[in-house]
Amino acid sequence: MNLATFWFILIAILWSGYFMLEGFDFGVGILLPVLGRDDTERRLMINAIGPVWDGNEVWLLTAGGATFAAFPQWYATMFSGFYLPLLIILVALIVRGVCFEFRSKVESPRWRANWDRAIFAGSALPALLWGVAFANIVRGVPVNAAHVYTGNLLTLLNWYGLLGGLVTLSLFTLHGAIFLGLKTTGELRARARSAAVKIALVAVPLAAIFLAVTQFSHGRPATDVTAAVAAVALIGGAAAALRGREGWAFTGTAVTLVLAVATLFGDLWPNVFPSSTSAAFSLTVNNASSPHYTLVVMSWVALIFTPIVLGYQSWSYWVFRKRLTSSDIPPVKQATGTGLEPAEPAGGRA
Amino acid sequence: MTVLDLSRWQFGITTVYHFIFIPLTIGLALVVACLQTWWLIKKDPVYLRLTKFFGKIFLINFAVGVVTGIVQEFQFGMNWSAYSEFVGNVFGAPLAMEALLAFFMESTFIGLWIFGWNKLSPRLHLAMIWLAAIGTSMSAFFILAANSWMQHPVGYRVVPGTHRVELTSIFALLTNSTVLAAWPHVFFASFLVTGAVIIAVSAWHLARNSQVDVFGRAIRIGLVVTLAAGIASAVTGDIQARLMDSQQPMKMAAAEALYNTSDAASFSLFTIGSLNGSKEVWSIRVPYLLSLIATLNPHGTVQGINNVERAYDAKYGPGSYKPVIPVTYWSFRLMAGFGSLAALLAALGLWLTRRRRIPRSRWFYRVAIWALPLPYLATTMGWIFTEMGRQPWTVFGLLTTAQSVSAGVTVSSVIISLTVFTLLYAGLAAIAGWLTVRHVQAGAPDEIDGTGPGSSAEEPLPVFSY
Repeated sequence: MNLATFWFILIAILWSGYFMLEGFDFGVGILLPVLGRDDTERRLMINAIGPVWDGNEVWLLTAGGATFAAFPQWYATMFSGFYLPLLIILVALIVRGVCFEFRSKVESPRWRANWDRAIFAGSALPALLWGVAFANIVRGVPVNAAHVYTGNLLTLLNWYGLLGGLVTLSLFTLHGAIFLGLKTTGELRARARSAAVKIALVAVPLAAIFLAVTQFSHGRPATDVTAAVAAVALIGGAAAALRGREGWAFTGTAVTLVLAVATLFGDLWPNVFPSSTSAAFSLTVNNASSPHYTLVVMSWVALIFTPIVLGYQSWSYWVFRKRLTSSDIPPVKQATGTGLEPAEPAGGRA
Repeated sequence: MTVLDLSRWQFGITTVYHFIFIPLTIGLALVVACLQTWWLIKKDPVYLRLTKFFGKIFLINFAVGVVTGIVQEFQFGMNWSAYSEFVGNVFGAPLAMEALLAFFMESTFIGLWIFGWNKLSPRLHLAMIWLAAIGTSMSAFFILAANSWMQHPVGYRVVPGTHRVELTSIFALLTNSTVLAAWPHVFFASFLVTGAVIIAVSAWHLARNSQVDVFGRAIRIGLVVTLAAGIASAVTGDIQARLMDSQQPMKMAAAEALYNTSDAASFSLFTIGSLNGSKEVWSIRVPYLLSLIATLNPHGTVQGINNVERAYDAKYGPGSYKPVIPVTYWSFRLMAGFGSLAALLAALGLWLTRRRRIPRSRWFYRVAIWALPLPYLATTMGWIFTEMGRQPWTVFGLLTTAQSVSAGVTVSSVIISLTVFTLLYAGLAAIAGWLTVRHVQAGAPDEIDGTGPGSSAEEPLPVFSY
């Protein structure tokens, strides 16, 4: 295995981690208006992802940075080519990123309802568009001999791309519902569980069709295995969700997301950004990668620091492992208020 | 307007905007860490109240800094794909390191700090804010190393037969003399902003005689921080000026609009000249000062714009290698002027508040509040100067800005993104500013409020949550 392929695998791992982690916090954002019946419940949902969502998003930034350093040509062609879809994703992530902080600062129902809508849109749009983008990358997009994307926004909105988008949207929503079941108690937990089962009825067939179509036209034996395991894990996860085994259900959807990304990257290799114009114009691990020295330096950096990052990020999940109840949500203090109203009792609401 | 012009405007607007939030993030993270440390050592509840109060300002500000930073990570590829392709293996390396080493640290430990008040022991919880603060400063180092490489490329070679560059020494890149000077300068300038925020916020309360016990102490901290940071920024800026004189003589000449090489060059504080800056009508000048800044010698030779231009024509081929002179001239002066004024006002404020006096004059508080924009303007002008002063290059001597822009991106796409970013950012600034003002006016929380670590409450509530 050469270093360029090593970096291709590393970037695949970063995207897997991103989908697996931010997947559930996108899902929680999408379910916010559906499952959160009142402000306390919605705050509970937000606080369930509160300590970790920002760290989850860094997986995306690191994937971006790693692509820039290890595959400059891939970074340049992909991000300039997907200009407008990426703009939509960035706007969504910007709005979503400030929502959590801003929403809590003012206790007016209208203010909060507006931010709730923004959290929903800011989560649903990237959840959909990442799938559209990845499906199109696997399928191949028009790229000319100078490695410049020659399509437009509509080029990406083909049936396979849209199917890919619906798959990530439904999988992330399912993953988020299962995560909420794992992190909450009482009524909200029960609602999250029944929502997970309903979403699974949509997500499982969509994902199965997508993986089958992908493997039929782009697959290779190794990725047939990962795709099959991903599908089995999804069905297992859905079954576990139905039986209320939240830990297993979450493991199931996590494995599905990781292996689905692995399947797509495995199907791509040795291409990184195939051209539908001519196979000769495709970007590959070799023609898009950085020179040897940069890859060596970055490999050492990754080998030393990735375990450290994984260590403290896992520790932070361990610190916040407990289920949240509404008594964990402090009463809102208005800027002009007196301050110390007692916490709402658990489950006690009109 | 071409894709190039629009992309430059977009990069300028998004980057200047991003940097409005960054200095306060860097500075306030460390100040809050110090406040929390003092609280643990001295057990004085005033420090806990200050920690929580400034902690919230920090978090509002941090949120906007983070989200606008996402754009920074992607727009090199979106708008400057030729640049990305050309330098990715060099420039991308510190960016990837920033993400892996610094971004993960900041975001993970901020989360632990916000939500960990009652889950972690007081000391461990204190370590969280320190780690987050170190993360933000490390992040600044890596991005400045990347930027310094554009100002003064080191540790690379041009691949023969191609127009690409290749990294040859990461060590040279990370120990570039330019970044070793730029990082302290940005670091101290961040405290200039942070100090001014603390002063303005405290003055607002003191002027209303509210929470004098808390904000009387805070204003002294703000004043000391601002004065010390002002002096340190000036010293580090001075070191940068001499490096600039040897590494980017055109930028030095453009900072003074010095057209012809001169010994014993004077420095003008103010000039009225023709619109393109090539003719001087009237000016106030300090003799020898420019030579002194650039060479440490009052009779040192400072190269003029025309002379450098001739040398560059010979070296890089015929063309124009001048930046926009009025922009470099004024941004340089305004940077130094606004920064110095902030530090001077802080010195005056320290005198007026000596031995914990609380001044009664309304003017003291008016000035303290209205001086808030000064360091913000100084840091903004600093970036405009250093980036505009490097033009026409993106990577000095290697790649021009015109060569850097994306080939496949259309004018309409960039018009859409420029409009969307500008409006969105304006909206975010308005909301973040309004929320901060609202929080400031509500004042510091009571010490029992929210129950910090060590409280006797049976089921303690988190101090911060969403």
